[in-house]
Amino acid sequence: MPAAVLAQVTSGASAPAPRKSGFDFMQLSTQALQKDDTQNPAMLWVQSGQSLWRKVDGAAAKSCADCHGEMARMRGVAAGYPAYSLAQKKVVNLSQQINFCRGTQQGAPAWPPEHDSLLGLEAAIAKESRALPIEPPALVQLVDARKRGEALFNQRIGQLDLSCRDCHDGLAGKRLGGNTIPQGHATGYPIYRLEWQSVGSLQRRLRGCMTAVRAEPYAFGASELVALEAFLAWRSAGMAVESPAVRP
Amino acid sequence: MANALITVAKSVRIGDIIEVKALLQHPMETGYRRSSDGVLLPRNLVRTFSCRLLAGRSPSVASASAEAGNVAEAGDLVFAATLHAAVAANPYLSFNLRATVSGTLLLVWQGDQGFMQRETVYIDVT
Repeated sequence: MPAAVLAQVTSGASAPAPRKSGFDFMQLSTQALQKDDTQNPAMLWVQSGQSLWRKVDGAAAKSCADCHGEMARMRGVAAGYPAYSLAQKKVVNLSQQINFCRGTQQGAPAWPPEHDSLLGLEAAIAKESRALPIEPPALVQLVDARKRGEALFNQRIGQLDLSCRDCHDGLAGKRLGGNTIPQGHATGYPIYRLEWQSVGSLQRRLRGCMTAVRAEPYAFGASELVALEAFLAWRSAGMAVESPAVRP
Repeated sequence: MANALITVAKSVRIGDIIEVKALLQHPMETGYRRSSDGVLLPRNLVRTFSCRLLAGRSPSVASASAEAGNVAEAGDLVFAATLHAAVAANPYLSFNLRATVSGTLLLVWQGDQGFMQRETVYIDVT
């Protein structure tokens, strides 16, 4: 426990100061898209997620709402992911927890990675935490994942021999082609990315970066990607949740 | 069934200018792109959008009459747009109307592969 508390106090130490969300690096027109819920295309996914919340599914014929109650009770939940799951005995992200719930509580098949329903439910749950500070749980079980994530963050990979740190700590604010390199704070996932023309998860974003440096990306749901997510949450601790954000 | 988000003031005064915002979930596939396997992705575009006012009618009645008859003949056309391949996925349209009578706005998107999405919203004008 003391190690976890220490981690809380020094959170964000590796990131450039002052810490800025990717939102601050965007053009005004893209910022406007995120600020207005009537224009933010991610709200389409949120809308379907909200209806899935009440939809009875699986062999147990239960909906999310049957156990959890109103969606509003999910306030703050997404701000604390990745979290340690006692039942699964591992660190999981929000989409893994949703799929675990589907399997064990609803008796329904897990959604594949990046399925619109999974992203919709995740976006709707994350939206309830909007404007709350990112708050990684102070659990000793998460320390290992964070350390492993930090090592992966600092590890040079791929034919371009680049680490996450090289760009997002060392070159943040500079240009990569037509884009500004953000500081790599995952504050708004799942995001609507203009390049994707769709909503996607943090793991999709991480895999995209890995492919871009010509490395073999980890599979969706791999413990390495969850460890990276846990480290990024710790690195962004205290920053406001923006979900569902819009990114270029 | 696609997803749509319609934002409009539900209750307005006569003579007010109201903004209608309509966001539709749709891939707007151009027909020129290939998948990662090299297969040509078939064109799947929203081709037309129309907004009609069914004056004085409640949403259920308006919806039923639009279902039964020809959509093009239901109500008065107040706004229309033609969409093309250069429009991004999940097209967003906003337009302004002057409120004169209460009624139901019937918003219809039609496109390739028999796509049709119909949404209604009742506006109370006092």
